[in-house]
Amino acid sequence: MNATERRIKVLLGKPGLDGHDQGAKVVARAMMDAGFEVIYTGLRQTPEQIARIALEEDVDVISLSSMAGSHLPFCRKLKPLLEANGLTDKLWVIGGNLPAQDHEALRELGFKGIFPSGSKLDAICEYIRKEVK
Amino acid sequence: MNAPQKPATKKVINESGIEVKPLYTAEDVAASGGMEMVGEPGQYPFTRGIHREMYRKQPWTMRQYAGFGNPADTNQRFKYLIANGQTGLNVAFDLPTQIGLDSDDPLAEGEIGRVGMSIDTLRDFEIAFDGIDLKKITVSLTINGAAAILIAMYLAMAEKRGYDIKELRGTAQNDILKEFIGRGTWIFPVEPSIRLVGDTIEYCAKEAPKYTPVSVCGYHIRESGATPAQEMAYAFCIAKAYADDAIKRGLSVDEFAGRLSYNFNIFGNIFEQVCKFRAGRSLWAKIMKEEYGAEKPGSMWLRMIAAGGGGGLTFEQPEVNIVRGAYYALISALSGTQTMALCSYDEAYTIPTEYSARLSLRTMQLLIEEMGMTETVDPLAGSFYVETMTNEMRKKMEEIMAETDAQGGIVKMVSEGTIQAKVSSQAYGMQRKIESGEFPKVGVNCYRNEQEEDHPVEFHPYNEDDARVQIDSLKRIRAERDNTAVDAALTRLRGDATAGRNVMPALVEAVKAYASVGEMTKELVNVFGRYQEPIRF
Repeated sequence: MNATERRIKVLLGKPGLDGHDQGAKVVARAMMDAGFEVIYTGLRQTPEQIARIALEEDVDVISLSSMAGSHLPFCRKLKPLLEANGLTDKLWVIGGNLPAQDHEALRELGFKGIFPSGSKLDAICEYIRKEVK
Repeated sequence: MNAPQKPATKKVINESGIEVKPLYTAEDVAASGGMEMVGEPGQYPFTRGIHREMYRKQPWTMRQYAGFGNPADTNQRFKYLIANGQTGLNVAFDLPTQIGLDSDDPLAEGEIGRVGMSIDTLRDFEIAFDGIDLKKITVSLTINGAAAILIAMYLAMAEKRGYDIKELRGTAQNDILKEFIGRGTWIFPVEPSIRLVGDTIEYCAKEAPKYTPVSVCGYHIRESGATPAQEMAYAFCIAKAYADDAIKRGLSVDEFAGRLSYNFNIFGNIFEQVCKFRAGRSLWAKIMKEEYGAEKPGSMWLRMIAAGGGGGLTFEQPEVNIVRGAYYALISALSGTQTMALCSYDEAYTIPTEYSARLSLRTMQLLIEEMGMTETVDPLAGSFYVETMTNEMRKKMEEIMAETDAQGGIVKMVSEGTIQAKVSSQAYGMQRKIESGEFPKVGVNCYRNEQEEDHPVEFHPYNEDDARVQIDSLKRIRAERDNTAVDAALTRLRGDATAGRNVMPALVEAVKAYASVGEMTKELVNVFGRYQEPIRF
């Protein structure tokens, strides 16, 4: 990263009621080591909260970590809120326990980066660096 | 093909940070403290087991974690597991129930019945346990934030069915301090949360003396990134915090300590794990006897479920998890556990299907019926390696407990988020080691298949209708119940919570009037407030 380059700013959210944050915190640390600025929300964020923080913090990346199966209903509620807040030009990424049969639906909802359990930390960070220009 | 790089001369350090030698002799045992703490099974300090005959008298209870959808769905799964030889139940609740939300709460949308069964009122418990003999099948409730409410509900349900509460056995997880470290189903701030645990201990000591109101969990702390030695040491620190609260209320240690239990994890190195349990058993006995002045042997027993192993399972090559599970079951049997359960091979993906849950049961049954694991107590005793490592693990746990005390104690560290930051930093270190190949994981960083086949995992279906059925049922109950009685009970609950009285009698009254989990939680939140998570890295 050269000095004139802006640090990539990432919102890492824990959507819904899921309390499994080990993975989210590991990914947050990897992102910080990769030189990104990370806003980690903590647990139990509503779609409204995620959209508001993304807007207020002016992030480049909106990322979610979901382990308890409610990713589709959550993302369906989040998408219109992100659109209404003019956040469609940001990179939307989701990771966690995401069955392969749900990936297409997530892509259609605007989640370009999909990182199911087993994804490598460096792969996630490289993807973000490549996609955020 | 791609075996891990491991030079023969490399120093081996186990996860707990203890060096493992290529050979152990009698001299190592002597140097580590000798055989002084080994003793006899069933006698202080219980290193070899809390009972003299252990599994010869009765094999471990098999208690697979189960629950999904609405109570009727879960009742069927319970009966299926019992029909297949399961000897206890371990109940999974959905997230709204776990954090005290009713099914019709907007925040519950999309989460009802997903990771466990949905419970709103006593009616749901009546359905969930219908036709199950609660004397023969003991029930463990995996509930924490809302534990006081669901314990009240379980006792009320059993009483209504004619069981004598004084004789009723069963367990609630009810370990809120570990929820702040991992798992995350907290509701109230730290101090009132500990008070609620104390209320359940005090109430059960008097009203339901055979019920186990707390199962202190090293398990989830380990899943969050703790080493095996930290897992047990932090669990002991947490148990002491609950014990101190009970003693402050005027209970004597022998009135409640015999009803404390534990939940520990079983993934990792076989010997490190088995020695963890043997060491922990004697350390806990020593703490209870020497620090707390316990006199009854039962107060010194480390009663436990040694189970799960989720943190060791892999998303890659999921069927290999069946074999991992078998080794984890062996660890659990060698550890002298009272209760066993296994994560099923598909649990890295989904909640277990009937098929995978049955495979886990069969794995445990093999050890009992074919492998001779119930014939002799503590068969590894006397091994130079095992006795040395047991002594070293005990020392390590004592060091960690002393460090925790020196840093202000577990309650302070949890409140400030320092334990959370420590274990999550370790989880990150471990993930880096796995990704670099330094810490071998078969199918992940070594022995990967040339071409990864499609995962043969069948997904347990999520029934979208369950939520609607559950909400309709809650609405019907709200319309049919005596709402004057509900209001009176909720008013009493608020009053008792505000005045610092034990809230359990009021909760039992409210539950019997069919007040909902969400209604009771709201009253308590109004008095106690909500927990604010400290975010620390």
